[in-house]
Amino acid sequence: MKNYRKSKKRLPAISTASLPDIVFMLLFFFMTVTTIKNNTLLVDNNLPNAEEVKKLEKKDRIIEIFVGKPSRELVEVLGTEPRIQLDNKLANVNDVAPYVLSELSKKPDAIRNLVTVSLKVDKDVKVGIVSDIKEELRKVNLLKVNYTTYEGNAFANVK
Amino acid sequence: MARRNGAPEVNAGSMADIAFLLLIFFLVTTTIETDAGLDRMLPPMEPPEEDVVIKQKNIFTVNINRNGQLLVEDELMDLRNLRESAKTFLENGADGSCEFCKGKRDPASSDNPTKAIISLKNDRETKYSTYITVQNELVGAYNDLRNREAQRLYGQDFTKMESEYLNPETPESVREGLKDKVKRIQEMFPQKLSEAETSTN
Repeated sequence: MKNYRKSKKRLPAISTASLPDIVFMLLFFFMTVTTIKNNTLLVDNNLPNAEEVKKLEKKDRIIEIFVGKPSRELVEVLGTEPRIQLDNKLANVNDVAPYVLSELSKKPDAIRNLVTVSLKVDKDVKVGIVSDIKEELRKVNLLKVNYTTYEGNAFANVK
Repeated sequence: MARRNGAPEVNAGSMADIAFLLLIFFLVTTTIETDAGLDRMLPPMEPPEEDVVIKQKNIFTVNINRNGQLLVEDELMDLRNLRESAKTFLENGADGSCEFCKGKRDPASSDNPTKAIISLKNDRETKYSTYITVQNELVGAYNDLRNREAQRLYGQDFTKMESEYLNPETPESVREGLKDKVKRIQEMFPQKLSEAETSTN
């Protein structure tokens, strides 16, 4: 009985001093990780596969253009015709050149001629709209393009 | 009976360990996604000053129709044979000036890899996935040939050398060494892939 009472008294107190540290650590972790993707897709974007790919290394040298059918919630409003998405907005072919130029002017001078346009085109889209975009890019003399794809067997596309 | 003053406190000493465990778990499992794809250069808008005359035999024409069928050099071809026939065309070496080519030196095909041009034409109604597959095969044909020569000269693949050269994390000294090698291989098989305006019918 005596022993029992002794152990009751000796229960150590929690030190909550390290809790804020832990919370901050987690917070910083999520802060650094979650800022990577910042645009919501309004179009379907199921990229085709390719094998001979090159990595797009530097994020700051890329201008993204999405093309695809409007996503499922928007089909009722917009129909199923493929649309172009530029930075969270749906746009027409003739908006591509002004958008690309305005994005380009935001980049620092030193990297302007290294900018690549990443074309993220859904695999069910017809080539016509893509060549219209390429024509627009040629007009503004932005000639480096990257057909962004998934890495995988290219023949899986044609089945 | 002993009176308790409040609930007993929980030991929080292991909290830090748990947090570290989580941190390490996330560090290991999250991959910061880098996009990858096929790099292409578009032709500039203004046409070249003088008209360059290109012999028909130096042009390898690839046509894709709206159903995704291929017409290569005026013959119907399966997509799976495209890479091989593009390679045969590129390293044909009819004029004998290309000593590293292993082609048949067929006088009706390309003179040498620096003159050989692949011309791609597609319909507006072609599916994008087919188009990418064709692009992939044509780039693959160039890469296969370049890899072969890089293996012969430097004992490693061209694609590996190039990605190492383009990677900004590679130290400057290594990149300097790779630069000449990459340039040399690129000059052996210059990528001349021309795309005509898409046809509407």
